[in-house]
Amino acid sequence: MTQHQNHGGHQDHGSLKSYVIGFVLSIVLTIIPLVLVMNQMLEKTALVITILVMAILQFVVQLFFFMHIREGEKPRYNVQTLILGLVIVFTIIAGSIWIMMFNKY
Amino acid sequence: MWEDIKDFASTFFVTGDPLIYGADVSIVLTMLAIVFVLTKYKKWGWLWREWLTTVDHKRIGIMYLIASLLMLFRGGVDALLMRLQLAFPNLEFLHADHYNAIFTTHGTIMILFMAMPMMFGLFNMVVPLQIGARDVAYPFLNALSFWLFFLGAMLFNLSFVIGGSPDAGWLSYPPLSQNDFSPGPGQNFWIWGIQISGIGSLATGINFIVTILKMRAPGMTLSKMPLFSWSVLSSSIMIIFAFPILTITIALLFLDRFAGAHFFTMDGGGNPMMYLNLIWMWGHPEVYIVVVPAFGIFSEVVATFSRKRIFGYKSMVWALMAIAIASFFTWAHHFFTMGTSASVIAFFAISTMVIAIPTGVKVFNWLFTMFRGRISFKQPMLWTIAFIPCFLVGGATGVMLAVAPADYQYHNSYFLIAHFHQVLIGGVVFGYLAGIYYWWPKLFGFKLDEKLGRWGFWFWNIGFYICFMPQYALGFMGMTRRYYTYGWDRGWEDLNLVSTVGAFMMGIGFIFQVWQITYSIKHGERDTTGDPWDARTLEWSIPSPAPFYNFAVVPNVKDSDDWWATKQAKANGTYKEEPVHLEPIHMPKNSGIPIIMSTFWFLIGFGFTFGWVWMAVVGFIGVAVCMWVRSFQYDTDYYVPVDEVRRTEASLGRVL
Repeated sequence: MTQHQNHGGHQDHGSLKSYVIGFVLSIVLTIIPLVLVMNQMLEKTALVITILVMAILQFVVQLFFFMHIREGEKPRYNVQTLILGLVIVFTIIAGSIWIMMFNKY
Repeated sequence: MWEDIKDFASTFFVTGDPLIYGADVSIVLTMLAIVFVLTKYKKWGWLWREWLTTVDHKRIGIMYLIASLLMLFRGGVDALLMRLQLAFPNLEFLHADHYNAIFTTHGTIMILFMAMPMMFGLFNMVVPLQIGARDVAYPFLNALSFWLFFLGAMLFNLSFVIGGSPDAGWLSYPPLSQNDFSPGPGQNFWIWGIQISGIGSLATGINFIVTILKMRAPGMTLSKMPLFSWSVLSSSIMIIFAFPILTITIALLFLDRFAGAHFFTMDGGGNPMMYLNLIWMWGHPEVYIVVVPAFGIFSEVVATFSRKRIFGYKSMVWALMAIAIASFFTWAHHFFTMGTSASVIAFFAISTMVIAIPTGVKVFNWLFTMFRGRISFKQPMLWTIAFIPCFLVGGATGVMLAVAPADYQYHNSYFLIAHFHQVLIGGVVFGYLAGIYYWWPKLFGFKLDEKLGRWGFWFWNIGFYICFMPQYALGFMGMTRRYYTYGWDRGWEDLNLVSTVGAFMMGIGFIFQVWQITYSIKHGERDTTGDPWDARTLEWSIPSPAPFYNFAVVPNVKDSDDWWATKQAKANGTYKEEPVHLEPIHMPKNSGIPIIMSTFWFLIGFGFTFGWVWMAVVGFIGVAVCMWVRSFQYDTDYYVPVDEVRRTEASLGRVL
């Protein structure tokens, strides 16, 4: 709590409007794949691609509306962490696919 | 009615084993004793105000330490029961099911409820003091982390008297951990105990990253930060990336069990192998999460007790960070024998061996720090010196296991068991013990008795080698892990008996340490200077035990071993006294919400464990209400007036 005196210079953390927009967008992006799956509206490949696209959009919405990736003073620890996070997410997904490929006979 | 209650109780409580009845009795007696003492001496209010609601990082650290020592006892008793069974395999001391439950709880408790909290205890006790801060970045969250861990651990430990213990191995592999093969609440206890304490671990990781990046004293650039704090940063980075993987994996397993999903089932498109793949993505970083802070402790201890600056500071930092990143690229070596492609195996074998490089750099740096140093063999240094050869052998057998074709021979044999106990006991436990001995005077104001400590040290060390060296040989002789019995014609009895003797020696070592602590409370050498080891970093510049606000004046850091440089300057007469300017100190207020909210989490866990959804709903509502209440609390901090700071410092013998 030592540095509390310096807290005056903080940017504000988004407005009610931006939170509501983010909330609505994230709900819509969740409902679309649910509806598609429940009503079996697409065939398999198209369905998987749509779900993946929705997931990536969801990720972007979370970053901009809730995690305030554009804010923060230097050094940009949030961006550094995000990059490391993306590397690890890539490792998890690509690594899992690579390791589990043997299972496909 | 009476019949219903009897019926319920006979499945709800674990029955039939005399060991369990003994445990029941001792639990009830301990609880009664605690309640009696607290009531008799009117300590309930004190307990609530000073400990249960505290947000002081030092007190939270002490609570972590106590909890982890209790868990070390529980996990240790599990280990001794297993060793007894294996020494006399045909005495039917433990039955197969009981043995399965015990090796499961031993593993889970030792990693998640002993090593992790002992590590968080050291984080809490040391990091803010070492970087010149007055608390962690989020003191409330810190208290919440502790209580989540504690109630998660209690939920898990409850399983052996209520409902039945998990018995599908410490990582609960499906399909064995699925409903078909493990009906009943055991696996649910495992899932929810880890899940609840895992939230706490993740929050602690975030807390310490922010603390280290944002709250260092003025002048302490990252390149002047002590190595233990660097190791905490490295470990916390691994925590925030690894623990979400664990949470998701276990959540998926829970959905399989609770909601009939098919993520890891044998049918319906599920794939149990995917669980191994995911859990080791957490599991491998996890072992580095616990060992890296031990490396940090050794770096502090070696420099202090060799009376030299650490050799190769920059390469130490580089190695810590390299280990943190590389740890995420080695997970598949835990299941080479699963049968994936040769190129996958080659990649993960090489990435595993690569880890040996930064680790080797660190070992050489410790040795070079000792080279031509004036070494004093105090307890922390003893454990450090014991660590180096032990970890070296553990690391070498690790590289042997990384050689994939050979691993097909070693896999899941006692060779593996001996290897990971050697790195986890020789690295993690020895490291944390060194750290506890080293920082104990700062927390409590007295040293732990040297003589009893040495008895403990030698029992631990000799016991360790007697226990685990035979297990390497047993592995080569074909003994596989998780056997509860074996035939007389195998020729394993002698070595198993030797191993059991070693395990009991380590148990005696632990008893010596408990004796040492209780003895030292009265007779330990008091630390009146605040710097009992003539050490190098900022935490030793303040009185022992540290006042609740840590630093009366936030220090201005100029050197990487700042306190050592200050002492040198004072000795040379080049030290310039800076005028002391006291200001009111801004501190966080205590809060009861962390323990209450964690209790509601406990209800969620307990409800889902027995499939009582109503109880989980009550828990969720309670958690939400706690978050709501906390969101609208504005009176969360206060200022300590200058007069009080001056009085406190004077009572500790420092005039400002």
